[in-house]
Amino acid sequence: MRAYYSPILVTIAIAALIAGCSTTNPEGTDASGAPVTDATKKPGAGAQTGPIAKIDVTKPGAVTGADPRLKTGALAQRSIYYDLDQFDVKDQYRSLVEAHAKYLRENPSAKILIQGNTDERGSREYNVGLGQRRSDGVKKMLVLLGARDNQIESVSLGEEKPQADGHDESAWSKNRRSDILYSGEY
Amino acid sequence: MFAIGLALAASAARAQLQIEITGATEKRTPVAIAPFAGEAALGPTAISSIVRADLERSGLFRALELPPLNPTPTEASTVNYPEWRSRLADALVVGSVSSRPDGRYEARFRLHDVVKQTALGGIAYTMTKDQVRATAHRIADFVYEKLTGDKGVFSTRIAYVVKRGNRYELQIADADGEGAETALASFEPIISPAWSPDGRRLAYVSFENKKPVVYVHSLLDGKRNVAANFRGSNSAPAWSPDGKTLAVTLSREGGSQIFLLNPDGSNVKRITTSSAIDTEPRYSPDGKWLYFTSDRGGTPQIYRMPPTGGEPQRVTFEGSYNVSPRPSPDGKQLAYITRNSGKFQVALQDLENRQVQIITDSDRDESPSFAPNGRMILLATVIGGRGLLSAVSADGRFKQRLSAATGGDVREPAWGPFIE
Repeated sequence: MRAYYSPILVTIAIAALIAGCSTTNPEGTDASGAPVTDATKKPGAGAQTGPIAKIDVTKPGAVTGADPRLKTGALAQRSIYYDLDQFDVKDQYRSLVEAHAKYLRENPSAKILIQGNTDERGSREYNVGLGQRRSDGVKKMLVLLGARDNQIESVSLGEEKPQADGHDESAWSKNRRSDILYSGEY
Repeated sequence: MFAIGLALAASAARAQLQIEITGATEKRTPVAIAPFAGEAALGPTAISSIVRADLERSGLFRALELPPLNPTPTEASTVNYPEWRSRLADALVVGSVSSRPDGRYEARFRLHDVVKQTALGGIAYTMTKDQVRATAHRIADFVYEKLTGDKGVFSTRIAYVVKRGNRYELQIADADGEGAETALASFEPIISPAWSPDGRRLAYVSFENKKPVVYVHSLLDGKRNVAANFRGSNSAPAWSPDGKTLAVTLSREGGSQIFLLNPDGSNVKRITTSSAIDTEPRYSPDGKWLYFTSDRGGTPQIYRMPPTGGEPQRVTFEGSYNVSPRPSPDGKQLAYITRNSGKFQVALQDLENRQVQIITDSDRDESPSFAPNGRMILLATVIGGRGLLSAVSADGRFKQRLSAATGGDVREPAWGPFIE
């Protein structure tokens, strides 16, 4: 049965179940062999006597509550932005990177693509190189935080896929970025 | 997102690129190109008018307006040189078109040097109606070569990318912008088209896989293979002069470094070893050097090294941003993009005496490409917010603009080779 409960409630349910097993079952255990109430025949009977809740750690959200598919929450932030000619991850984005690193650590089969981007100025091919420097920098930080190298591919889109179409610093600053994509998004 | 690879099929007959001439060379040779007798039989576009437009577009000739000539002279006519001299012509082209019994046509022409009062030669072509443009271009090539000493490029083709909305097309057109055909249509960007030396294949970078991948595309049958799709980014393909090797930029070993591989993707060999961005490799025409862009010195500059390996030498020293090296076909000059007071412009360096000349005065120039005779440079630029191509003579004086006739931005030009 798929657990629809939040992780906290699931944890409490497990604890209650374990606690329940160590004391007398209120439905009655009969040492003479009288039938014990079969709790599995009473779905939703309550935390103490209900069926065993299954925890599936291969599914997103199982451990940390974080799900990259959600539009809110720790993993919803996917973009790191940069100053001109820079490719280091600024302090304000560290917690974003840490959240994704934690998810990758705890979900070893998860994979991501990091796409580095630049603003439109200059040679397109040199900008592919600059975008690569940016995505490589994010990957490096993720690996230092415990993600595995083979979970992450870092690539560059150069100046080719801007987020903002203008030709001024307001647009350019939105285009100097790395984007994190999860499987199914690329 | 999928991309459609197409064999070049005859598509829209109308021009896909419009050409506007701006600027002029100081000395343009006045040439009289008389209508060819009987040329109306070939259709609405006169063969002589295509020859006229080609020669004008080179920036080296001025086609004279002629009064009605009765009778229309042909290649067989006796030429009254003093009469043509009085019309201020230095040279004269006359010709004729006649139909053959097999349904094809014969186009003949003769070129006269009016000043020296002598014929310089002529050719007869057997042709069909749909070869009017190709035949006219050959005539213009002949005239150009006889009068300048350089091979004409009127029969060559150009490749470029057009972006309209979210649709990208890699197109190939005649050097005059006519007859454009689409080699690849995609919803993701296409950059860096590169002609194989025999003109039969294009290498390019496509982002259809959400990352840059290098393809080699056969123009005759539209078949393509992946040349490089390694982990990370794959870009900047450049053909060796013998067509057997591609230089590319790969991030598969970290950073952006230059590798050599076979066009089928096999036999990968790394040749730069820096922790910088090394990219935009380009072979010199004699194959002895690989020019490339590197920021190993702090900002992007142009270097060169032997393709077999060795210590790179720095080539550019003026300014803090020099990229996109393009050796000239004769190997004596290097065109590139330089950032000059914040503007991206085309620079030309004499590789012998190291002198640098900036030959454009625009703002956002990219991707210079030499015509195979070295006389013109095609580049991408932005004017009035619109991406278009500009062709500039090697001395910077003569300019044309080529824009997409049906809207959209044009970029990433690559001038094709001479086709024998």
